[in-house]
Amino acid sequence: MAESKSIISFLTVCCFILPTLLFAAIEEEPHKEEFNEELLLKPLPDRKVLAHFHFDSKAFSSSSNGGYHLHLFPKAIYQLVHKFHIKEMELSFTQGRWNYERWGGFDPVSSSNAKPPGVELWAVFDAPPSQVDALWKNLTHTLSGLFCASINFLESSTTYSAPDWGFRASSGNLRYGSLPREAVCTENLTPWLKLLPCRDKAGLAELMDRPSIYRGFYHSQRLHLVSSGFGSDRVDSKIELEQTLTVVLQPTTLRWAKSYTPGSGMQPNWSISTVFGRKINKKCVLAKSSNLYLQLDRGLVSELKNKGTDSDSATAESSITNPLFELSSTPQKVIREVDNLKDEESSILYMFDIDKFADAKPFDLAFSWKLPVVWTCSKAPLLANRFLMGSGNERGAIVISLKSVGHRPSLVGTGASEDRCKLHINVFQVVPWYVKVYYHTLRIYIDGQVQSAANVTRKMRVSPSEDKVSSGVLELALTLPCSMKSAALSLDFDKGFLHIDEYPPDANQGFDIPSALISFPDFHSSLNFAEDSSVSPILSRLQKRSPALAYTEVLLVPLTTPDFSMPYNVITITCTVFALYFGSLLNVLRRRADEEERLLEERGKYIITCLLSGITNM
Amino acid sequence: MKEEDEVKTKSSTMKEKKLTRFWEWAISAIIFRLILIFFFPDHLSQLASRPEVSTPVTSLRRLAEGYWLKKQASISPYAGSMYHGSPLLLSVLGPLTVTDVDGQSSHILCSLLFVIADFVAALLLRATGQKLQSAYFQSSNSLGLDKILGASEIYASGDISALFYLWNPLTILTCVGSSTSPIENFLVILSIYGACTRLVPLAAVGWVLATHLSLYPAVLGIPVILLLGYGPDSPPKKLFLQKNSVETADHSSDSRLHHVKQGTDSAISSFSWKPIVLFILWASAWSIYILALCGISVRQNGGLQEMFKRTYGFILTVEDLSPNIGVLWYFFAEVFDFFRNFFLLVIHFNILFMILPLAIRMKHRPCFLAFVYVAICSMLKTYPSVADSALCLGLFGLFINQLLDMHFSFVLFCGYVGVNLLSPVMHNLWIWRGTGNANFYYATAIAYAALQIILVVDSASAMLNHDRWLRKLTTTITKT
Repeated sequence: MAESKSIISFLTVCCFILPTLLFAAIEEEPHKEEFNEELLLKPLPDRKVLAHFHFDSKAFSSSSNGGYHLHLFPKAIYQLVHKFHIKEMELSFTQGRWNYERWGGFDPVSSSNAKPPGVELWAVFDAPPSQVDALWKNLTHTLSGLFCASINFLESSTTYSAPDWGFRASSGNLRYGSLPREAVCTENLTPWLKLLPCRDKAGLAELMDRPSIYRGFYHSQRLHLVSSGFGSDRVDSKIELEQTLTVVLQPTTLRWAKSYTPGSGMQPNWSISTVFGRKINKKCVLAKSSNLYLQLDRGLVSELKNKGTDSDSATAESSITNPLFELSSTPQKVIREVDNLKDEESSILYMFDIDKFADAKPFDLAFSWKLPVVWTCSKAPLLANRFLMGSGNERGAIVISLKSVGHRPSLVGTGASEDRCKLHINVFQVVPWYVKVYYHTLRIYIDGQVQSAANVTRKMRVSPSEDKVSSGVLELALTLPCSMKSAALSLDFDKGFLHIDEYPPDANQGFDIPSALISFPDFHSSLNFAEDSSVSPILSRLQKRSPALAYTEVLLVPLTTPDFSMPYNVITITCTVFALYFGSLLNVLRRRADEEERLLEERGKYIITCLLSGITNM
Repeated sequence: MKEEDEVKTKSSTMKEKKLTRFWEWAISAIIFRLILIFFFPDHLSQLASRPEVSTPVTSLRRLAEGYWLKKQASISPYAGSMYHGSPLLLSVLGPLTVTDVDGQSSHILCSLLFVIADFVAALLLRATGQKLQSAYFQSSNSLGLDKILGASEIYASGDISALFYLWNPLTILTCVGSSTSPIENFLVILSIYGACTRLVPLAAVGWVLATHLSLYPAVLGIPVILLLGYGPDSPPKKLFLQKNSVETADHSSDSRLHHVKQGTDSAISSFSWKPIVLFILWASAWSIYILALCGISVRQNGGLQEMFKRTYGFILTVEDLSPNIGVLWYFFAEVFDFFRNFFLLVIHFNILFMILPLAIRMKHRPCFLAFVYVAICSMLKTYPSVADSALCLGLFGLFINQLLDMHFSFVLFCGYVGVNLLSPVMHNLWIWRGTGNANFYYATAIAYAALQIILVVDSASAMLNHDRWLRKLTTTITKT
């Protein structure tokens, strides 16, 4: 008995001590996994506030632990990456449309976080091209389960496509799909939050009060995955998971609404608590860094310079002294953009470390304006819109219109000589099969004049849609003159007719054509900071050079519907007509006149008598 | 209208009604088409996308898309579900459909080609009609009916059918409406003409090309073979035999006359195998040639198998459910997926099952048999258009003398006019205004199908009655 007791005590000791030892061993490796949470706030010119949550998880795995023991990094994502050989993947759930004209289209936040409405998913696989489709199908199902969304509809080959170069450079391993009609709500946000180590119980995610963030004008939750080194050997593999939530909110407080007069141009004062209805209590203890940034646009900074007598006042450490606005807390650090172009204004970032500010009491940053101010965000060189032409349910045309915003010539990217300045754009358009596009009707208008396609298109790839099998993809690289005011692309289409089972429950609402993507390969939206970017993932993200992108509207195409209540009637009536044909024609062919009948009867009788006589003779 | 222009002229034995100003009328039909083409191009481009005129198989717009895909995007013309026609047509008509920078399509060359096709088809119809007429005279002479028939008037069926074909509003619509069906119709008529005049290579090339373009003319192989074997339409063989037996009984003493009669009769009714063997040889030679040409042109795009899948497969499986004047689009849009294959079989067997009974009953009238087949196909086709009706009505004109006592001719005339006026209205209500629904249009399609059934059944029964009437006449003659 005593012996067994000692064994049990030994075991219990082991049970308690060994995990702590293991845990200590992991603690010793600080770079094993990493989690950062950051929030970027930015006042927008149309009295709104952009809030951009940025959660960044990294997992470095080495062969020593087999890579299966995860502490911070979500296991579901880790398994997903392993199982489906994902090299890169992005999933976004968006509601509302990013307003490129007012909220800007040429800064890193908009070009990577302005997404088409509904769900957009693309993935690059680290697998031979023959397996990619199967992997994609499985991936959609897994993500569908993981995020409580109908991503599994992207499984069908009619909904996804394999862009070659129009979406992003790929080598046949890229799949792209979007569901424009997917409604995004809290049921998608909750599983997304589950991937965070603190969920929304602590840290910046605590601000996500559901009613406040879903009340906004734009809401986009995004999940971006990059993995490397999983293919050959697991010695040095790494997964980076970037989760962002971008919301555009209206900070309407009662007091501001009372004092607001339409012409004054006075911006509303806001604070974290009025925007989100909550304050930041404490940082997520598992996060390596937890920062809040306030970004002032280039346009705003230049206004600041114009208004303020002292141009350096805005950059002074004590921002309370500036003439335009007032901050309730003094930022820890002011980061100025270092721009290589001299005539450009540079944006400013104020940094607040949550750990310091939310130490004693919940942190609330208030931003109050002193003077009315009007500024504009930096826009992409062309504003893209898309619309439908034609009436009736037989045919129509898709038109993508591009309007020049009158950009400064200095913005024109590399290789732009002054005399023959050219603007390169890429158009990527996916069209579902029931919109039967005639690609030979592609017309390109520049300032209202039809141009021959050969002059304007640099590159073109068309993969036409196949009925009930695949959707059509148009990838078009255009070279437009910089001096043009507007350009338009038009494509004629016929509307298809579907089988009654293929119509969605509310067929008369119409069908959606997913957003087209216009990208400007020569225009790279990036902010350069003198600060060391490795400190904060969001800073490094802002510094990353990425081409400016613009998504167009989703189009709603009404399609003709058959009568859904009539299948039996149609079958019976049509079959009756066929029976009428068959029966009456056969009857006419078979019918004999009187004498013919007599003749036949006689012949029949003759044969019978012959037979009978034959039998009797036998 | 045409009857007004007819004057009676005396034929050798019978009174034959001839159209005097045939050429004037024919030329004026061509001029009318040219006026339409040159002065109303915008209206015609609207017409080109009408479901009555262009089907997914015959649409010139889809052909232009296929050509663009092949030339500009350098991928298979069959990529995507746009083009479903022949690759040969693509290389012939494709360059004519290229649009210039202004977006104004220069379809005028194409339209001119269709006008020529229409005109030549009308001339061939006329020649076929004259051939049939002379065969009719010959057979009635040999039956001794010429004296009785001489009292009644005989219409010049060739002229009538040619003019009817040229002035038929449906043909004009097809011709100016930018679809490839004028060429298909021309080829069908060419093969019938070739068989009538025993020009075996011509019959073979018409048949093979028509089958290649639209598959359904394949059933015309049987009437073409019968035509080559028996010669043009004549009363049943039995009548000649009956007459011969009576005459041998009567004139057994006069051996010389008997001998001559026997000789002429055998020339009329015996089945000659030589042209058929020739036809089969020619047809196989032509089909090998055409397949080789197709094979060369689709070499890079998946080969012949892909071509068959995209052309014949598309025709047979009713993949495109866009509305047309037939009933099958709505049927297959509504039918449960589970039964789809079953009903596809039923529809196609409806055509195939009728081939044999008709061929047996009407083997002595192969031209009429061809007409009946064409009419049945135009009704049961998966993507029918008014072009099929135009062809069928054009052939109908060839048998105007035999089919004079059709019961429902007035109903048919009114029905055709009514359906052709109502169908665009219903289409407009449903598709463009959204005030009607699909059933409105379907109802006109059903009415149209019923009309075609009446046409087929009534004309078949009228032709059989005509044969009975001839039999009655011969028996009375031989008895007296």
